[in-house]
Amino acid sequence: MSSQDIPEENLPAEQEHAHVAVSVADEENPFADPGLPPHEHRIQDIDERAAKRSERVVALLFTVSMLATVGFIVSYVTIPHDKSIFVFPIGHISALNFALGLTLGTALFCIGAGAVHWARTLMSDVEVADERHPIAASPEVRAKVHADFKQGAKESAIGRRGLIRTTMFGALALVPLSGVMLLRDLGPLPGTSLRHTLWAKGKLLVNMNTNQPLRPEDVAVGSLTFAKPEGLEETDEEFQNEIAKAALMIIRLQPDNIKDKRELQWSHEGIVAFSKICTHVGCPISLYEQQTHHVLCPCHQSTFDLSDGARVIFGPAGHALPQLRIGVNDEGYLQALGDFEEPVGPAFWERG
Amino acid sequence: MKKLSARRRHPLAAVVVLLFALAATGGLYAAFAPASKAQADETSQSLTIKEGKKLYEVGCASCHGTGGQGSSDGPSLVGVGAAAVDFQVATGRMPAATSQGPQVVKKKNIYTQAQIDQLAAYIASLGAGPSVPTKQQYGPDGADIGKGGELFRTNCAQCHNFTGKGGALTKGKFAPDLTGVDPKHIYEAMQTGPQNMPSFPDTTLSEKNKKDIIAYLHAINSSETEQPGGMELGGLGPVTEGLFAWIFGLGALIAVAVWVAARTAKAKKS
Repeated sequence: MSSQDIPEENLPAEQEHAHVAVSVADEENPFADPGLPPHEHRIQDIDERAAKRSERVVALLFTVSMLATVGFIVSYVTIPHDKSIFVFPIGHISALNFALGLTLGTALFCIGAGAVHWARTLMSDVEVADERHPIAASPEVRAKVHADFKQGAKESAIGRRGLIRTTMFGALALVPLSGVMLLRDLGPLPGTSLRHTLWAKGKLLVNMNTNQPLRPEDVAVGSLTFAKPEGLEETDEEFQNEIAKAALMIIRLQPDNIKDKRELQWSHEGIVAFSKICTHVGCPISLYEQQTHHVLCPCHQSTFDLSDGARVIFGPAGHALPQLRIGVNDEGYLQALGDFEEPVGPAFWERG
Repeated sequence: MKKLSARRRHPLAAVVVLLFALAATGGLYAAFAPASKAQADETSQSLTIKEGKKLYEVGCASCHGTGGQGSSDGPSLVGVGAAAVDFQVATGRMPAATSQGPQVVKKKNIYTQAQIDQLAAYIASLGAGPSVPTKQQYGPDGADIGKGGELFRTNCAQCHNFTGKGGALTKGKFAPDLTGVDPKHIYEAMQTGPQNMPSFPDTTLSEKNKKDIIAYLHAINSSETEQPGGMELGGLGPVTEGLFAWIFGLGALIAVAVWVAARTAKAKKS
């Protein structure tokens, strides 16, 4: 469609300069308001056939949207959820997901595209200036409000009936206390639970993979094993809370590779047990490198040297991983010789 | 006896004697053959070890020492077992280049499987260690994929990512992508703990556990794996997915907005 096709009688030549600003700069106002640029017409404004075409395009987009919505409902009802199809760039995907996404996407897109096309081609595009009005009310209105307020206060006798006034203020002041009381549900305070785990003297170290207590001969040099305290089962209600504190990482070093004296004392024939919870923000930390004896936290790259008391050698962690003192019981199973000496996991306000 | 003696000049006597002799020879052979075959087996085993030793002296001894005792350039191989040799050599990690950077990576294997078996036999003869697993051990038969997923998330996912796509470690080291790795090599890696990977011996991660883990990896990471959610974007998780949504999703919206505004609706194009 070019302007040559527009019928002669539809050209509104007399409107051409209707919106041109007429301000002129003078002494008082050196920067005159240039006003709006001259308004130009769209094809749809001057050619009724073009306007009809736009109308049909908009209606078509809205109709496609309706059909897509019907398609969404039909897909939802008819396509089994486990059917898989191959779509070229994506691969093997769920037919249902693909159909739902495609139909809903089309339905939403066509509504948007129709609205945009409608606004651009058919709705009025004449620029309109709307002056701001002052925010303050007029003096009469203000005087009326003041008078009404004074009369209300007089009629309610709030100044004369002191008992009502005082009790009302009391009631209003106390009501928010209910809300304040509900804040207690943020508690109860953890008490000493952050300082204690399920580990205690005589608790066996149970292998998380096999659910069997570990023996020293099971743990090879260079191996990595995760253990939980004896008696804690995955089906227990408190399992997640307890394992979040008690999770244990068991490795074996050559005893002469252990640099830290206390670590060596707390180990059993080179087997050492460290908390699996990072002391920075409590991520499970077990990216163990068996040659360097470093363990890396995947969250913020804190690195601990397990051959040197698990001291921090890199990253934001504030203190070494707590070590669990272990030994062997009469039946030859690895056992804890007590709880961790310090709280596991990240520091907290009262940790000290 | 006399009768027999009397007939010794019989024309058929020679034939009968010959038959007896043949029977006796056959019987004796049958009696002694297994023993001699076993002897032959032992010889072929020692021959394999001998061949392995030759290959070792050419390809490995410069770093690992002439008797596998190790040197400043390479660890001792006494007791690493056949499984470690099969893993390291068949994945091309060994023999390693003299300067290999932070860690020795997978490359083209230059040995035939027969040569690898010879090398493995030689190393296994130096000290007891895990042997090469059989197909029965790492095959999918009887594996519990769900349990394998649990075990993978407990023991492996911290380094190798939840879908086995690998991840970064310290100082340029990394846990490799497990996509397309031979199940045998995955089994051997768990058993022997190559390089900085800790080992997961059968005492702490049973044979069945290993089989389950391998079956899980196959289920989530093979060419037949379906991705019901669509493009997996490398399987690296929310980082790539978020980045994709921000760059391509938001980018497309901005592009459409710019396109809509850039095209004038006026009859007279300016």
